[in-house]
Amino acid sequence: MVRKSFIMLALLLVLALTLAACGQATTPAPAPAPEQPAVSEPAQVAGNTLATIKARGKLICGVNQAVPGFGFLQSDGSFAGFDIDFCKALSAAIFGDPNMVEYRPLTASERFTTLQAGEIDVLIRNTTWTLTRDTELGGNFVHTTFYDGQGIQVPVDSGINSITELGGTAICVQQGTTTELNLADQMAAVGVQYTPVVFETADETVNAYLEGRCDAWTTDMSGIVARQSIFPDPTAHKILPEVLSKEPLGPMVRHGDDQWFDIVQWTVFATFQAEEFGITSQNIDTFMSTENPNIRQMLGLEGEMGVKLGLSNDWAYNIVKLVGNYAEIFNRNLGPDTPLGLARGLNASWVDGGLLYAPPIR
Amino acid sequence: MTTSASSRSDVLPPPSERYTLLGWFRKNLFGSWLDALLTLIALAFAVAILVPTVRWATTSARWEVIPNNVELFMFGSYPRDQVWRLWLCLWLLALVTGMLWGVYVRRRSFMSLFLIALPVLGMLFTFASGVWVHYAAMIVAGLAGWALARWRPRLMSSVALVGTLLFFPLVILIIRGFSEESFLPGVATNLWGGLMLSLLISVVGIVFSFPFGVLLALGRQSNLPAVRTLSILYIEIIRGVPLITLLFMGQVMLNFFLPSGIVVDRVIRAMVAVVMFAAAYLAENVRGGLQAIPKGQYEAADAVGLSGFHKMTFIILPQALRAVIPVLVGQFIGLFKDTTLVALVGLLDLLGIARGVLANPAWIGTQLEVYLFLAFIYWIFSYAMSYASRRLEVALGVGER
Amino acid sequence: MTTTSSEQHAVPFWRDERYLQVLAQILVVAIIAGTLYYLANNLVTALAAQNIPIGFDFLRLTAGFDIGESSIAYSRASTNAQALLVGVLNTLRVSFLGIIFSTILGAIVGVARLSNNWLVNKLAGIYVEILRNIPLLVFLIFLYSAAFVKLPRITEALELPGPIYLTNRGFFVPWAEPGDGWSTYRWVLWVGLLVAIVVAWVLRRQGQRTGRMPLILLWAPLAFVVVALLGWFIVPGQPLVSSIPVLEGRNFTGGNGLTPEFMAVLLGLVVYTSAFIAEVVRAGIQAVSKGQREAATALGLSGFQTLRLVILPQAQRVIIPPLTSQYLNLTKNSSLAVAAGYPDVYAIGRTIQNQSGRSIEIIALMMIVYLAFSLGTSLFMNWYNKRIRLVER
Repeated sequence: MVRKSFIMLALLLVLALTLAACGQATTPAPAPAPEQPAVSEPAQVAGNTLATIKARGKLICGVNQAVPGFGFLQSDGSFAGFDIDFCKALSAAIFGDPNMVEYRPLTASERFTTLQAGEIDVLIRNTTWTLTRDTELGGNFVHTTFYDGQGIQVPVDSGINSITELGGTAICVQQGTTTELNLADQMAAVGVQYTPVVFETADETVNAYLEGRCDAWTTDMSGIVARQSIFPDPTAHKILPEVLSKEPLGPMVRHGDDQWFDIVQWTVFATFQAEEFGITSQNIDTFMSTENPNIRQMLGLEGEMGVKLGLSNDWAYNIVKLVGNYAEIFNRNLGPDTPLGLARGLNASWVDGGLLYAPPIR
Repeated sequence: MTTSASSRSDVLPPPSERYTLLGWFRKNLFGSWLDALLTLIALAFAVAILVPTVRWATTSARWEVIPNNVELFMFGSYPRDQVWRLWLCLWLLALVTGMLWGVYVRRRSFMSLFLIALPVLGMLFTFASGVWVHYAAMIVAGLAGWALARWRPRLMSSVALVGTLLFFPLVILIIRGFSEESFLPGVATNLWGGLMLSLLISVVGIVFSFPFGVLLALGRQSNLPAVRTLSILYIEIIRGVPLITLLFMGQVMLNFFLPSGIVVDRVIRAMVAVVMFAAAYLAENVRGGLQAIPKGQYEAADAVGLSGFHKMTFIILPQALRAVIPVLVGQFIGLFKDTTLVALVGLLDLLGIARGVLANPAWIGTQLEVYLFLAFIYWIFSYAMSYASRRLEVALGVGER
Repeated sequence: MTTTSSEQHAVPFWRDERYLQVLAQILVVAIIAGTLYYLANNLVTALAAQNIPIGFDFLRLTAGFDIGESSIAYSRASTNAQALLVGVLNTLRVSFLGIIFSTILGAIVGVARLSNNWLVNKLAGIYVEILRNIPLLVFLIFLYSAAFVKLPRITEALELPGPIYLTNRGFFVPWAEPGDGWSTYRWVLWVGLLVAIVVAWVLRRQGQRTGRMPLILLWAPLAFVVVALLGWFIVPGQPLVSSIPVLEGRNFTGGNGLTPEFMAVLLGLVVYTSAFIAEVVRAGIQAVSKGQREAATALGLSGFQTLRLVILPQAQRVIIPPLTSQYLNLTKNSSLAVAAGYPDVYAIGRTIQNQSGRSIEIIALMMIVYLAFSLGTSLFMNWYNKRIRLVER
């Protein structure tokens, strides 16, 4: 009898504890902002991403974990890279602290559904801006952070000098990317027969190429350069001269929340603008006494720019101070002093002949 | 191939108990020409595989990839300063196992076997510093549990049972933690990884699928047509599709099915898919147990006037479940192996971590080493469990009653 | 379940089991229908909120991506539906070949486990115990990335007699290609098939009449081969031309090539499943009582005759049901091909899902495809199982 009641008690406890564990495990529904009563339209619920982030106390950023220079899981378990720095910039703009971010490493195949389902707040995972993605995939792209183009890499000793010489070859490509489609389009355009060998992850793709499974492999130029820097013999490989496509890479947010779209958009612009003004994380405090009204407005010394975004007025100050301007972010992760050694190219400020052009912050 | 020795027409000498080495060879390896040929072929085959493998493993293999990443393999990105919580779970496991052993297994030799096996296994897997303290603690906990059980067998049998039932939810709570400020700060599931995650997913899968599986099995046996049809439909659909499609559905669609605003993180989503999957298979196993119950048991229960519910809970199910325990262990092993599939939907289980490690420029080209290590871990766990299940089968006397 | 006692004293309907049963069923159906409605409603709301369309019209759109291996004509301009069909056929191809080879290998290993030869017995035991206790996915990835991709590069191809070339670009074997006499010769082959079927049927009838079953599996194929050979000499022109693989530039031309992706998936599935089939076969043979074997020996049957006439027919009945579930497992496990880069239906489904964003439709389609495979396999095996049951006397 004693034993039986013991078991009953245990069962009850198990049930209670499990329920507790489950209750803990699911993220509680975001509390609606006090002014607006809970409205039945889901767009309204999806519309307060900022409130959700603030209530949660952290930003959830969908990132890459295996592209050196852009998003990379370091051996101590932390993330680093160009895309990661934009997550940090967002966190700095919202919280005044670049580290209130939870990074969610995503595969190419799952990134859009996680964004659609509201599991991440923003997707910054070298994602190409295309019409289909901007419409049917349930997301909006904010301004491009990195202008890229697709390239094809071959071993130097293969003797291949142009994509027209790729007839009968096997080309390694990653599944579910625009590169897969661009490759098919370009090869059809030049009328070259080839065999695609499609892999689920970038690592597998590169590995198969290095082992000689394919004659060539293709992805964005930056991705090729990033990978090449860690090849056993980087000099044994070359990129073909043709650029297969335009690849504007940038952050993506969910449909239906304009305020959040604006915040991400202007965070990107703030890094452009800071470079244009010559403001860096090192010298920013010397600008606090400036008379230039444009700079004063940006840094929150004048006007209410941050409030208009739903942030505090020192949002841009925090971005630049805690993360840096575009040039700093670029040079830290991709620039000449890194193993990647990328040139600015199209990614220079418009004053230097590049494409980075921020609308006025006023 | 299977020529039996008994077919010889000539009179054989009386069998001797002892063989000389040569005699053993002759009997077991060179019984006939065919046998000799087979032996030689098999030998050539074994040598052809073993020699290059051993040569590679001892000379050119870069085994340092394993010790350098052993923490990643074991628990992924779990915060390093919180790892003591995982050890705590292992101490508890040792304690409960020791108690169960003391209560149910009366032979001392098993206990010592367990105590030796534990640190040896651990030694293989962990190269980190300071683990010896934890192993010592585990041994002490195991011994303490065992001693307690021997000291007060009657009381402790209840305690052990309750402990076993409580153990699993407790582990989840310890690993997950509570709010940031508490004694056990929360650890988000995206930091769970490695072998720990593989084990957790499979344990959750089997534990949570159990009630559903039993209900489905009963539903399939029910004489209510609607209930039966629905059960059969569920079981057959789930069993007809690969686990990967369920996992994919869980990852992609589960959040769409929930009211907007409620977001379930992806470890839980994988667990939901695994539970759905395991329930259908478990139902079929339990049904096997139900069908193995002799008809006389049903009739006897009817004869003493038990209602349908009472008949099931007191007569049929206890017998059926007892009969399927070994099968359930087998299913658990299968599930443990199947958890590798979560790596394909982006979770960092043992396989996911391995793929991550191989992406690290420092370890390019160590696929053989890493995947052999993985196969070894899975093999050890699965083989140990199936060995234990065979012992359990004997201990429970399944098929003898 | 209704007891006679309920008719003796009038029981109010709320305690009458017959009513209660109906009530319980209505309740269960209502709860499940309600839950499903709730989930579907959430889904529709969520999709509408984000402007994601639902429907199968995307299947008619251009796929836009290329596929490495396809058994039908396919290019980037084909539709999504055609792309999926390529995937379905690739899955069928690897599953079908996998089932055949794993049965053969499994039977050999299963018999080897019962061998009196100590070494053979132990090796088979090790084979089974190792493979049964490691995950298939790990095994597949291991095979692909640590074995097949590490084969020699195409320029340093390993040449085996034949010539068969082993490279990490694929295995290239000599193959036969239709020659100028092929169109006529094709009919000869059909005739041969017909003759073989007739021979099998006649022998079977004869066996049933006399009680001495001839070796149908030997004679019927032999009849086919005889007809085929006769036709070879009679039909004018060359029916088949042999084609030898030759390294030309960056690839082999001629012969037939098997990609490492396909080989890795096939070999992985075959080796893994054969370990399970070996256990099924062993259990089946051991289930035949020892007395049967001894009786067969006493009747003077040879070892092979004992196996063919006494052991296997009886073991078969024990073997077929678990064998069926192994076949089903193999078919479902072929979905792991994605890990080795083989474009099966799951891999292509995911690619389309990625390019078009239609997750729900794709998942539904994939489930239907696999359910159809499973249903087909079990229907066939159940039919076969019934057939061998009828033989029982």
